[in-house]
Amino acid sequence: MATDLPTRPRPAAPEAALPPSNTDGKARRAHRRPGFRREQLSGWGMIAPAALLLLTFIFIPAILGFGLAFTNARLISPRPVEFVGLDNFARLFSDPTFYRALLNVAYFTVVIVPVQSGLALVMALLINKKFRGVNFFRTVYFLPVVTSMVVVSLLWLFMYRKDGLINEILSAVSFGLIDGPDWLGDPNTAMPAIIILSIWQAAGFHMIIWLAGLQGISGELYEASQLDGTSRWQQFRYVTWPGLFHTRSLVLVTITIQALGLFDQISVMTQGGPMDSTTTIIYEAVQSGYRQQETSYASAISLVFFVLVLIVSAVQRHLTREKD
Amino acid sequence: MKNQLLLKSAGTMLVRILFAVVAAFPIVFMLVSSLKPDQQIFGDMSSLAAFLPVGNISFDNYAAVFDRVPAARFLLNSVGVSAVTVILGIFVNSLCAFALSRMQVRGKKIVFTAILATLIVPFQTLALPLVWWVNQLPYFELNGFSLEFSKGWLDTYQVQIIPFIANAFSIYLFHQYFESIPKELDEAARIDGAGWFKIYRQVVMPLSGPATATVAILTFLPAWNSYLWPLMVVQSEELRPVMIGIQYFFQLNVSWGEVMAYASLITVRWWSSSSPSSVHSSTASPPAA
Repeated sequence: MATDLPTRPRPAAPEAALPPSNTDGKARRAHRRPGFRREQLSGWGMIAPAALLLLTFIFIPAILGFGLAFTNARLISPRPVEFVGLDNFARLFSDPTFYRALLNVAYFTVVIVPVQSGLALVMALLINKKFRGVNFFRTVYFLPVVTSMVVVSLLWLFMYRKDGLINEILSAVSFGLIDGPDWLGDPNTAMPAIIILSIWQAAGFHMIIWLAGLQGISGELYEASQLDGTSRWQQFRYVTWPGLFHTRSLVLVTITIQALGLFDQISVMTQGGPMDSTTTIIYEAVQSGYRQQETSYASAISLVFFVLVLIVSAVQRHLTREKD
Repeated sequence: MKNQLLLKSAGTMLVRILFAVVAAFPIVFMLVSSLKPDQQIFGDMSSLAAFLPVGNISFDNYAAVFDRVPAARFLLNSVGVSAVTVILGIFVNSLCAFALSRMQVRGKKIVFTAILATLIVPFQTLALPLVWWVNQLPYFELNGFSLEFSKGWLDTYQVQIIPFIANAFSIYLFHQYFESIPKELDEAARIDGAGWFKIYRQVVMPLSGPATATVAILTFLPAWNSYLWPLMVVQSEELRPVMIGIQYFFQLNVSWGEVMAYASLITVRWWSSSSPSSVHSSTASPPAA
């Protein structure tokens, strides 16, 4: 019954995937289990929805983005889309705001990656071992992560005012000596302010990744090192740190990619200002693609961003591989 | 010696508390301020009262939020969009992972590799071409008895849902989990005459609670928090999700008490649907290395 069903075309099934075959077709069929064809059909039927969705909403836009970057496409336009070569890129690379955006993102990433991963590791170490109240601390450390970045940005926007909570705390702690700046209004402090709140929000997430890595280190290793009479620092240096090898590269890559894509905080808090001191690549892309409806120019920025992400993660992979 | 150890552990506890204070104080400040009138928020700022629900406490700000913005509508939209995304996401991704993990489908290795390859593309790079693309896509709706075709998905519910159903990371998580369930169960079910879909639905999925919970949270979180995408594709007020609602608070005179009330509202709503314990169990599974 099942073998009478017509075979559907299977785009991705290469001939090589067939079971090792004789030249005789009948003998080959004998290798197949009963219900083979049925399994193929149901299998592809089950894969199809997800595969088609990924094709439509990831593969096609990715290819489109690549193509649109070389055209003059606009979001809504009566004119047909025309090929314009490298015009968008020429315009992009002669735009001083774009260089400023690159610089800002580099600044943000270079600070965020070591500080956030370091603090996250400290937090993970603080709550790694069981003690009374461990769940309370885990929950509190995780609270900022389950608070949306938009809400966090809104909240810190309020706290960063000249007469806001941050400056009041600074003043109280220093007995009135520190008169805090207008954090987001000053080009010198706007980016550091955004860095602080970003670390505050996301460190808990990477804490969880570190924690998973820490729990994977065998307790016997710690016992053995204790018998050898190692100090706490030596234990960290020679047992914990090498044991976190895989976790380390995971944390590094996720923080970097997240940092390079900085957008939400900027959009809510500063809109790229003051004086372009907080504008970012994605913020520029959204500005041109959405506000000015220049899909092609935005695609060119996105393409540059993608290449940047690829290069940075390739370099990181290379570096983390070389060391150990 | 013993004293020294005690001192050390007390020191560690102090550091723990310090981190907890830093993590919690802005959130406490937000929740407390949402209960106070603006004047008092600024008045309390220079003392510990900023973190305590003292003085003139009321839910006035919350009432005002519902006057100023269609908050109920936004909440409803976000709940609906997130719930549909989560339910369809669990179904579509687990179905795909089931076939990839437990069936002898030809070409599945290539498909799985292609699916995992999508993980290297950050959403931000896709977002702008995707806006253009969804505006070209056809859609049909039933209008009475006639099927009507329209072009362009901008300003709809489906544009907030359908692109986010299939997810490579969810497929990967399900796949890893399914691999740990003994395949002998499938064979036993097949001998009893069960079809593949029945095995999926009645054997494998009932055993995959933890994976399902993880995927549910990992799908819900970005769906509820989404900001960049709805900002670009949804213009009509009645279709907007909660995060876009914040824009309403910066027109004319800003009332920070109301802003804090709205922020608390959309945050607490989401906390209540993902208790910390489920967050811990979800993250207990080893991450993709």
